[in-house]
Amino acid sequence: MTMSVSRIAQAVAVKDLRIELRSRIVTNQVLPFSGLVMVMFAFALDSDDVLQGVAGGLVWLATIFSLFILVQRSFAIEVSDGALDSLRVAGVNPQGIFLGKSISLFVQLIALEVVLFLTAVVLYRVSLGGAGLVLLVTCVVSATAGLAFVGTLYGGLTAGARGRETLLPLLLLPVVAPVLISATRATEAAFTSNGVTVSEGWPWVAVLAVFAAVFGLGGLLSFGSLIEE
Amino acid sequence: MTTTELPAIKGVGTQATRLYGVLALVALGWVFVGGLFFTPEDVVQGDAVRIMYVHVPTAWTAYLAFIVTGVASACWLLGKKHSMGFDRVAGASAEVGVAFMALTLISGSLWGRITWGTFWVWDPRLTTTAFLFVTYLGYLAVRGLGGSPQQRARRSSVVALLAVLEIPLVHFSVVLWRSLHQEASVLSPDGDIKMDGIMLFTLLFGVFGFSVLFAWLVSHRQRIMAMHDAQRASALEVAMVDRLQEASS
Amino acid sequence: MQPTRVIDFVDAVAVYNDYPALAGVTFSVDRQEIVLLQGPNGAGKTTLLRACAGLIPVVRGSAHVLGVDIAIDRESIRERVGLLGHQNGLFAELTIAENVDFWSTVVGATRAERDAAMQRMSIDGKLANRRVSELSAGQKRRCALACLVVRRAEIWLLDEPHAGLDAKGRDEIDLILKEAASAGATIVVASHEVERAQQLASRTVSLVAGHVRGVS
Repeated sequence: MTMSVSRIAQAVAVKDLRIELRSRIVTNQVLPFSGLVMVMFAFALDSDDVLQGVAGGLVWLATIFSLFILVQRSFAIEVSDGALDSLRVAGVNPQGIFLGKSISLFVQLIALEVVLFLTAVVLYRVSLGGAGLVLLVTCVVSATAGLAFVGTLYGGLTAGARGRETLLPLLLLPVVAPVLISATRATEAAFTSNGVTVSEGWPWVAVLAVFAAVFGLGGLLSFGSLIEE
Repeated sequence: MTTTELPAIKGVGTQATRLYGVLALVALGWVFVGGLFFTPEDVVQGDAVRIMYVHVPTAWTAYLAFIVTGVASACWLLGKKHSMGFDRVAGASAEVGVAFMALTLISGSLWGRITWGTFWVWDPRLTTTAFLFVTYLGYLAVRGLGGSPQQRARRSSVVALLAVLEIPLVHFSVVLWRSLHQEASVLSPDGDIKMDGIMLFTLLFGVFGFSVLFAWLVSHRQRIMAMHDAQRASALEVAMVDRLQEASS
Repeated sequence: MQPTRVIDFVDAVAVYNDYPALAGVTFSVDRQEIVLLQGPNGAGKTTLLRACAGLIPVVRGSAHVLGVDIAIDRESIRERVGLLGHQNGLFAELTIAENVDFWSTVVGATRAERDAAMQRMSIDGKLANRRVSELSAGQKRRCALACLVVRRAEIWLLDEPHAGLDAKGRDEIDLILKEAASAGATIVVASHEVERAQQLASRTVSLVAGHVRGVS
């Protein structure tokens, strides 16, 4: 009896998040790492004005660097005891696996970004108004959805076999470039830094939404082929 | 299920490829001579404009390669027989395309240096070409991941089609981004060149010549790939005979 | 219509990294049989099991599993075939109950089936709440088997199921397999343990260098 995609996705997402809650890899390793990256940016850039101006970009850069680690961790749990193989051999619908892992990656990324934005407010002294907050939340949700979809998709391709994990950054970075560009511009608009008004950020959010839709759909269609041996 | 019979391939050139090989040589020969000697220099840029005869055609060919790889990948994926010829064309086009993309980036960079004093400008076309270049390096790395030809074909055709989705998004984001800085028209080196008749002719001839060169390179490369696959198939036969002996002993 | 011959390979060739791991295997299994696959390392036992599960493509010869030609379509049979390889396919940070729960949910098994599977493998009760990382090899194996049972697979393919288990553990596995066969499953076991496995199996197939070299 085949299960529906949404039931499979739910089971996979719950399983992934439960494992994370138990192992605490994101909270104990990835969050400190990305916080440290934010501090390193401050060392490298060494100017309060510059930092305040580029704060949005730095948050998204730190997020993308952490994305690699999160994706590799997400698939390491599947590969360490051959679970992904077992899921394949059991004929579990790969679309469900894709959605489930995307959801779990989304949740972990959101947690990460909340911490990073708070760090930016503290370290780089950016400020946020009411309209800016709405823009920021919408931007974060759509950008993160896009990152979660492409991360899961290319993570599935590069999972496991020797010499594959190093391929992940090479494949993923060009693909997330539109997210970096758009999310940074929208975030700058939300912080009203560099004289940008909040309303100028909304077209960028539209780009993020298109990106998420394209790769969500693309991922559903291709994940099965990419994890196949 | 039996393995597909590969045609006996004696050499990599055929009458057809020799024909268009000659055509490419002639066209490129004209572009070389004409570009350097017979066309006038530009009012603003002087002799630097001659890089255009290389830069614009290689850019065009790089994008042509991208389209060919995408279309060939789609043909492989959607075709019932999953004919390996499509996969080989996709791979060959990507390899040749990467070389043309590199040429585009180098020529664009040099042109920028001479006309504007900088090696790099965030011109949307150049930036997108740079992304295309890196994306195709990734595609070629995925092709090198190993496995049977069918597995390789399936994986890389999906990656190529994802790239087809991604590159327009990248381009659009970069265009939008640069429009903020209102530099789009100013920074494109070929934006303000007044094209004299013979310049336009040489340029178009260059586009034609490079395209024919592209076709020639891809045909040969994909034939070499076919030979390589045939060799793998015969190596498999040998390995099977060895294994049979091993089993009998 | 239920075919009696559930696995039917004739001169099948399967390639792994350009190497013909199976170089012409003629192998068949009938319903509810327990067949032992034995042979030295590198003979191709694991490859044969993976090919039967539809994980590896068969490039030459003919290969039918449950009546389906797996050279053409190796994905539709996967739901009906269970493979337990060298790895257990478990999630170390989750408990036994959570692992079996996960598998029950993704394959659509009922709660009753889940409970029955855990009981049969003797992993219910207090043991069910222990994390997989804390278990012995035998307990992990039994948990993996429970996840297999819950899938209601018609064919069980087991690669060295006795490995790493003590004598008691091995006996338990044998008992479980015999029960499964009488309940309707067809079982193929690849094992080095020739004597023990011969008590279990109705037939032994010897695999050497990618070829079948003897049936008993």
